[in-house]
Amino acid sequence: MKANNIILQTITKVVVFIIITFSIYLFFAGHYYPGGGFIGGLMTASALVLLLLAYDMETVKRVIPADFKIVTAVGLLIAVITGVGPMLSGLPFLTHAHDYVELPLLGKSGLTTAMLFDLGVYLVVIGITMTIIQTIGESD
Amino acid sequence: MNIIEISKIVLGFIILLGTALSLVTSIGLIRLPDVYTRSHAASKSATLGVLLILFAAFLLFGINTGHLNARLFLAIVFLFLTAPVAGHLLSRAAYHSNVPLWEKSVEDDLKKRVLEKKQTEQA
Repeated sequence: MKANNIILQTITKVVVFIIITFSIYLFFAGHYYPGGGFIGGLMTASALVLLLLAYDMETVKRVIPADFKIVTAVGLLIAVITGVGPMLSGLPFLTHAHDYVELPLLGKSGLTTAMLFDLGVYLVVIGITMTIIQTIGESD
Repeated sequence: MNIIEISKIVLGFIILLGTALSLVTSIGLIRLPDVYTRSHAASKSATLGVLLILFAAFLLFGINTGHLNARLFLAIVFLFLTAPVAGHLLSRAAYHSNVPLWEKSVEDDLKKRVLEKKQTEQA
């Protein structure tokens, strides 16, 4: 008997956006409030896992056509580049720069290269979690 | 009495109401006879209890410190959306794995529908 999942699927469509929004908030709030790349990445991955629960794996792969192993690699690459960058100007490895910049729309905001490192962590966490879950889900 | 004192009394009452609802939930989980009535108790009163506590916390921070916490508001919306669906899925999973109803139940409308559907699929 084919399962009728309409309640779960409809609620998933609404709730996934709330979870992803909250995970992005956690990611950007990490410098001044609790949060950061790790928990933000885990929450984004949990939104994708909720999609996997409500729909089948082929649908999710069609909606998000990302190879998560490559996402992991890109995250590591970003983290390493933010570490190596200051070495080019003679500073030690992983020296971070911090400055206040006038951005259009956002106004005066503090920007730091630690956020780029966090972006690397974020991508690695999403990539590894989704790779683990998809590998376990695919093996029969 | 200024507004902060009054709000503390009112919000304390709301928080107590929320905890009382959570207590009612746990009593219901112990006292009720089968999975479906228990999930009825768990999904309804627990949701409202948690929502009341979160709402009171939201207002308390808003009035006392002037800090409107959007995360609490988001949590209220999120729990209101998801807790009933979780209850629905649990009861449905229980029904489809043949967990029996309470022996004093008189009617099972879903059984007819499930049997009809099975027959049309076989035919």
